[in-house]
Amino acid sequence: MYEIVKSEKLTPDVIKLEIRAPNIARKAKAGQFIMVTPTEHGERIPLTMADFSPENGTVTIAALEVGKTTKELGKMKAGDKVFSLVGPLGLPTHLNQYGNVVSIGGGIGLALMYPVVRAFKQSGNHTINIIGARNEKLLMYEKEINTVSDEFFVCTDDGSKGHHGFVSDILKKLIAENKKIDLVYAVGPIIMMKVIANITKPFNIPTVVSLNPIMVDGTGMCGSCRVIIGGETKFGCVDGPEFDGHKVDFDNLTARNKRYIPEEQISLKRFQEAK
Amino acid sequence: MAEEEKKAPKKIVPKKYPMPEQKPEERVHNFNEVPVGQDAQTAILEAQRCLQCKRGPNRKLCMDGCPVEIDIPAFIKKTQEGNFEEAIKIIREKQNLPAVCGRVCPYENQCEGLCIVGKKNEPVGIGRLERFLADWERNEQKHGKIELPAPTGKKIAVVGGGPAGLTVAGDLARIGHKVTIFEALQYCGGVLIYGIPEFRLPKEIVRSEVDYIRRSGVEIHNDYVIGKLDTVDDLLKEYDVVFVGTGAGLPDWTNLPGENLNGILSANEYLTRVNLMKGYRFPEYDTPIRVGERVVTIGGGNVAMDCARTSLRLGCKESVILYRRSDAELPARREEVHHAKDEGVRFELLAAPLEFIGDDCGNVRQVKAIRMQLGEPDASGRRRPIKIPGSEFLIDAQTVLIAIGQSPNPLVPMTTPDLKTTKEGTIAVDSEGRTSKKGVFAGGDIASGAATVILAMGDGKRAAKAMHKYLTEDPSWPSPEVFEKLSCEM
Ligand SMILES: Cc1cc2nc3c(=O)[nH]c(=O)nc-3n(C[C@H](O)[C@H](O)[C@H](O)COP(=O)(O)OP(=O)(O)OC[C@H]3O[C@@H](n4cnc5c(N)ncnc54)[C@H](O)[C@@H]3O)c2cc1C
Ligand SMILES: Cc1cc2nc3c(=O)[nH]c(=O)nc-3n(C[C@H](O)[C@H](O)[C@H](O)COP(=O)(O)OP(=O)(O)OC[C@H]3O[C@@H](n4cnc5c(N)ncnc54)[C@H](O)[C@@H]3O)c2cc1C
Ligand code: SF4
Ligand code: FES
Repeated sequence: MYEIVKSEKLTPDVIKLEIRAPNIARKAKAGQFIMVTPTEHGERIPLTMADFSPENGTVTIAALEVGKTTKELGKMKAGDKVFSLVGPLGLPTHLNQYGNVVSIGGGIGLALMYPVVRAFKQSGNHTINIIGARNEKLLMYEKEINTVSDEFFVCTDDGSKGHHGFVSDILKKLIAENKKIDLVYAVGPIIMMKVIANITKPFNIPTVVSLNPIMVDGTGMCGSCRVIIGGETKFGCVDGPEFDGHKVDFDNLTARNKRYIPEEQISLKRFQEAK
Repeated sequence: MAEEEKKAPKKIVPKKYPMPEQKPEERVHNFNEVPVGQDAQTAILEAQRCLQCKRGPNRKLCMDGCPVEIDIPAFIKKTQEGNFEEAIKIIREKQNLPAVCGRVCPYENQCEGLCIVGKKNEPVGIGRLERFLADWERNEQKHGKIELPAPTGKKIAVVGGGPAGLTVAGDLARIGHKVTIFEALQYCGGVLIYGIPEFRLPKEIVRSEVDYIRRSGVEIHNDYVIGKLDTVDDLLKEYDVVFVGTGAGLPDWTNLPGENLNGILSANEYLTRVNLMKGYRFPEYDTPIRVGERVVTIGGGNVAMDCARTSLRLGCKESVILYRRSDAELPARREEVHHAKDEGVRFELLAAPLEFIGDDCGNVRQVKAIRMQLGEPDASGRRRPIKIPGSEFLIDAQTVLIAIGQSPNPLVPMTTPDLKTTKEGTIAVDSEGRTSKKGVFAGGDIASGAATVILAMGDGKRAAKAMHKYLTEDPSWPSPEVFEKLSCEM
């Protein structure tokens, strides 16, 4: 059992939890995730570590409340205990002195990109960060990301803040301006990552995306998380979660992530009716 | 001798006393255990079928077939007398998981395979007796207090809480060493908890056996992945020796076109969702599992039988096993094959998949397969399946389960650079379970490749003995060349 130290809402449907897990905190690196099982009857779901503090012995997760399990996490308060946490899992973000790194986050990806862009900055890169959300209220981690940005862009679909439009518009603009870009890093909805990868491909700009296939164990034992990368089958949990965006079969990932939708709806309905 | 011969020969009851079972038509609708267990009276009668024969120069005994060398005649003698408490004590001297092995051991090829009674009649039901005694002990709460010797001051880390790791831990704790198990999952038991289904091995039993290990003074850290949290090298800084028992948890794939379609799962994913995560009780438990009207399982071992039988219980209309050789070569335990047939699993033998065909939404709909015939024996001694040209056929399937084998779990070898592995990816070990890294032992499926519970436990026993010797009298270690050779040979 792992104690929740702090619980807060980042947006109406994003919960941020700081959980005591000293072992995980001392080993965690940017880009890695943990498997969370909220209760003994719960399912194991992967969540990226939005932060970790070896000093406090805590890890932080931010979850978009989409279904039963994330909504259940959303109800948890400081002092409550999580049944099981396993990690750090997956390969950390590959850090290097690339030069100009453009990082792009959308939706829940905003919470997840913060430790990664911070690490890019610490590794001596020029960091250009583009964040986006449907509207101003859904923006997260704006301040934090700004502090590790050399250049910073905010977009909203409805124009309530920053650029009126998509994060991809800014990327296109940078490319059109002949900005030197050595790496693009994208984390967010699958469709967003697919669009970004399609933009950078003709220009041969190395592009890393952080994938979110459905997982069970998270340790390479079951193959639930398999994704097709350059025609080859890889396991998202041990070979990833980050992959070369130009090689990812996004359509396969989208189809595979829908495979339990009827069951997920049963779960959610049951959970909501029980309240 | 002469006198003995004069005595009227003991009349042997030709068959094992029946094991009461749930009826097939009932049990396909539930996950309760299929054989319900014998009562005390039947157990005594079964034990009385044993001749208590003695070992001769050319005569092998049941005990020689048991990888952990249980004193079988002795425990059966006590059972004949109705002294179950003594009987289980004798088993426990060698066997940490009797309730498990009494259920899943391939005894027909092991202890019972060597039973003299079995030459002309059915062998003594040694497995059933072992199961009966372990269940009796658990039900009567006769566990007793575990006497522990004074601590030796030595610290041992065990990586993996499957049968191999649990055996090592139990054995070493009971001689006074301080043992800590690091287990990746939220519960210990390895395949016993995530793979073998409830109807063959109730999880309550695994839990109770794990509890016995814990009461022997073993500390257990769950949710602890070695290679991700700490490495073996980290453990060596704090512990005197390390045992690696991480099993064969990497699913093998067919690599045929269409394998990534929805509805195609590895046996591991399927069984983990159902067993470890209790998907069969969805939505009471949150992990979803779905089977279509027809489920096709590819493979013919215990894992395949478990998948096929689980599918029936999850409510599919037809469960088909697709296996490329004939019935005689099915690698599963005979009892499991019978159980599967009784329950109505359809066997499509001498047939191999070629391709998986899906619909527009990416869901599997059909398996394209081809008929096979058996040719000359191959390196494994089994007759090689050969495709019959032009015999392709289609089977409808909304769920396909891939149960064609398991490879060694790569995480520990990957993160321990000086640990030698074989071509197959197993950790190279000598006859005592020592690895190429001083102070590190290994055993079970990670060293042998996918095998059985009892062989993993046998490995654990041997390693525990060697570890104790290494810690207390002889810290020498084989030279690196030994492992160089081992890793090439295998
Ligand atoms: C490596 C990785 C890191 C992730 N990090 C985060 C994160 O930091 N924050 C966050 O909000 N989300 C993250 N996700 C996605 C998150 O795991 C899912 O949103 C969550 O599992 C949904 O569970 P649910 O029961 O609430 O919703 P459901 O109703 O069960 O599912 C909603 C959708 O989530 C996806 N999903 C369902 N079960 C799983 C599963 N076991 N594994 C992966 N995806 C699943 C499916 O696409 C599904 O359609 C991550 C996924 C991966 C693989
Ligand atoms: C479905 C199925 C049915 C079977 N049926 C039978 C049967 O009827 N009879 C029989 O005798 N055998 C059967 N077997 C085989 C038998 O279960 C195995 O041979 C046996 O479990 C091997 O034991 P082990 O301890 O070596 O490994 P495992 O049981 O695989 O245990 C390894 C443990 O190590 C943990 N682990 C792995 N990596 C790490 C890490 N890096 N850090 C920490 N922990 C880790 C795993 O989570 C697991 O708990 C079956 C196997 C399967 C899959
Ligand atoms: S452990 Fe297995 S081989 Fe040994 S006596 Fe029991 S059933 Fe037979
Ligand atoms: S989640 Fe099971 S292998 Fe990746």
